[in-house]
Amino acid sequence: MIRALYAKARETALLMVGVPSYDAYRQHMAERHPDHAPMDERAFFRDRQEARYGSKGGGRCC
Amino acid sequence: MTLREKIGWGALALLAACALAVVAFERGEHVNALWIVTAAVSVQLFAYRFYARYIARHVMQLDPSRQTPALRRADGLDYVATDRNVLFGHHFAAIAGAGPLVGPVLAAQMGYLPGTLWILAGVVLAGAVQDFMILFISMRRDGRSLGELIRMEMGAIPGVIALIGAFAIMVIILAVLALIVVRALAGSPWGLFTVAATIPLAFLMGIYTRWIRPGKVGEVSVLGVIGLLAAIVYGGTVAASPMLAPLFTLTPVQLCVLMVGYGAVASVLPVWLLLAPRDYLSTFLKIGAIVALAIGIAVVAPPLRMPALTPFIDGSGPVWSGGLFPFLFITIACGAVSGFHALIASGTTPKLIASEGDAQFIGYGAMLMESFVAIMALVGASILDPGVYFAMNSPAAVVGTDFASAATAVTAMGFPITPELLAQTAKDVGETTIVSRTGGAPTLAVAMSEIFSHLVGGQAMKAFWYHFAILFEALFILTAVDAGTRAGRFMLQDLIGLAVPSFRNASAIVPGLIATALCVIAWGFFLYQGVTDPLGGVNTLWPLFGISNQMLAAVALVLATVVLFRMKRQRYAWVTILPAAWLCLCTITAGLMKLFASDPRIGFLAHASKFADAAARGELLALAKTMAEMQRIVLNDRIDAGLCALFLAVVLSIVLFGIRTCLAALKIDRPTVTEVPPQLVAAE
Repeated sequence: MIRALYAKARETALLMVGVPSYDAYRQHMAERHPDHAPMDERAFFRDRQEARYGSKGGGRCC
Repeated sequence: MTLREKIGWGALALLAACALAVVAFERGEHVNALWIVTAAVSVQLFAYRFYARYIARHVMQLDPSRQTPALRRADGLDYVATDRNVLFGHHFAAIAGAGPLVGPVLAAQMGYLPGTLWILAGVVLAGAVQDFMILFISMRRDGRSLGELIRMEMGAIPGVIALIGAFAIMVIILAVLALIVVRALAGSPWGLFTVAATIPLAFLMGIYTRWIRPGKVGEVSVLGVIGLLAAIVYGGTVAASPMLAPLFTLTPVQLCVLMVGYGAVASVLPVWLLLAPRDYLSTFLKIGAIVALAIGIAVVAPPLRMPALTPFIDGSGPVWSGGLFPFLFITIACGAVSGFHALIASGTTPKLIASEGDAQFIGYGAMLMESFVAIMALVGASILDPGVYFAMNSPAAVVGTDFASAATAVTAMGFPITPELLAQTAKDVGETTIVSRTGGAPTLAVAMSEIFSHLVGGQAMKAFWYHFAILFEALFILTAVDAGTRAGRFMLQDLIGLAVPSFRNASAIVPGLIATALCVIAWGFFLYQGVTDPLGGVNTLWPLFGISNQMLAAVALVLATVVLFRMKRQRYAWVTILPAAWLCLCTITAGLMKLFASDPRIGFLAHASKFADAAARGELLALAKTMAEMQRIVLNDRIDAGLCALFLAVVLSIVLFGIRTCLAALKIDRPTVTEVPPQLVAAE
């Protein structure tokens, strides 16, 4: 129960700063694209960082 | 609905009515802040349960069995079906910024009642409806952005008009946010030191997440927060040091130059070095401070010392000029309704939503939460001694620059205050002065230090909490300046690309640098104008910001109306027409008054001719010291008037295009929207 709550809080905090779940990404790649090698965690993090800040979607409000 | 539910909601309705009655009619005794909080929460719960559900079921006819973009285009990166609670946090963090904290503080000059009523009515009928509708529209179109949605549903020309409007808004937002930071940090070595310390701190954090422990956002954020707290504590030593304090005591003009330089450099640095790590700090600090403020208000239960209504509802107030209608509705922009949210609701959120059934919670619910933040800011401003409030928020041209002149001026306004009390308040928060610290942020910081010091640390911790609050506001404003300059650069490249297609290439260096420079020059110009304005700048720029933000909201609601007509659901379109009409009425009235009012305190052109006439006679007005300054004030007024006219042109043309598209849709007897065709969620 506590552990599940902590995991949710962690996932929320990370998504707040634009880092989606790496586990969900691995799961998606395993299910849909088993023939493609997934990015490792470091590459995934850099990719998401660039996607959040490096393009038009700098999404935040006044 | 079961009988038990009926009784429960009936009881809540009764509570809401009682709380609203106390807030509205109680006079004499100080009303407790908890009455406002109670009224707000019960009205919001009611709106969520009944109005939002009505919109979801009848207006939009949300269909949880229909695939969302996150399922249809799942890629594990941009399109990820996300738990609704997690996504709520993401969406709320993206929409909550400085806007809902500053607007209500400024609005408190009319008393707490008008602001409270507009925040609640505005969010329920306009703000949350807009966010929810745009989320719905984008969700049905693969998560496209507002500009693309307008192009798809209304045509290419309205799409371009909306892009121009969005860029102009970006410029004015960045200028006004930067101005707030300048006003809060000028002559405050403690504040400036802590804010400056976040830059090297962010570099260290960036290096940590890049190479030492890649991707460990949690770890680095904890280290960063420890660094921040250390910087606040050490800032007190800096402010007390005769050697270091002068280094960090800067004038507004010096800070303005630093801000513009910072904006230019920060927006071309690699994102991992400065922007990303500071975004972690500002996001977590923002959420933490909002939660702490809510707990603080609930525990401390402070009485409201600001009257429910002040004499300034007639428009004669010192903080900003203009009467209740339309200017109150322009001043509280975010918190009641914010057009900027339309960009967020058509950004990452629609790509992450797992089920159409979650849209009400995320679209409507998160905006209710934001309005609650606005209510807390209003409460914060209203628990201060009104004398302190007006001494802090009036321009130097009205209250002078020392405690004695401020006390005399504010007492003459009808809010008795002694110079000793002002001096004591400044001393408590560790500042040399609080007179004419305009922009809202310092006022809120005094209020937060009042509340937090009741919870932790008592009187001795007041200065710490004040600078904590300043840091928290400055931090996310600086992040917004940095990210906004980048976003503005891409918008500008898109716009110039319409004429010079090679400009559009997002990865080309030269167009990128040119667009960045243009963007920084644009907001830097308005910032400089605000900083050198004898009336403090907030007076001029905040109404422009409000008009532009409400104008974007009107554009978004017109789009939502068009979509309802094209879905052949026009009999429900009153849901969006009502707020769109109100916002158009407010922005157009305010825009016309800002242009043509004969009172130079309100009208840009009247102000320009007053100064031009005086200059022609060889006189100096207000705080202008040279003829060149007089000429610059005239030029600034005319540029502001031009910008105001641009906003009016944008909103009027979008309304006309909207009406035309609606009429065209009426003539066709089948839906003409361009939604992605429904695909059903696979049965488990």
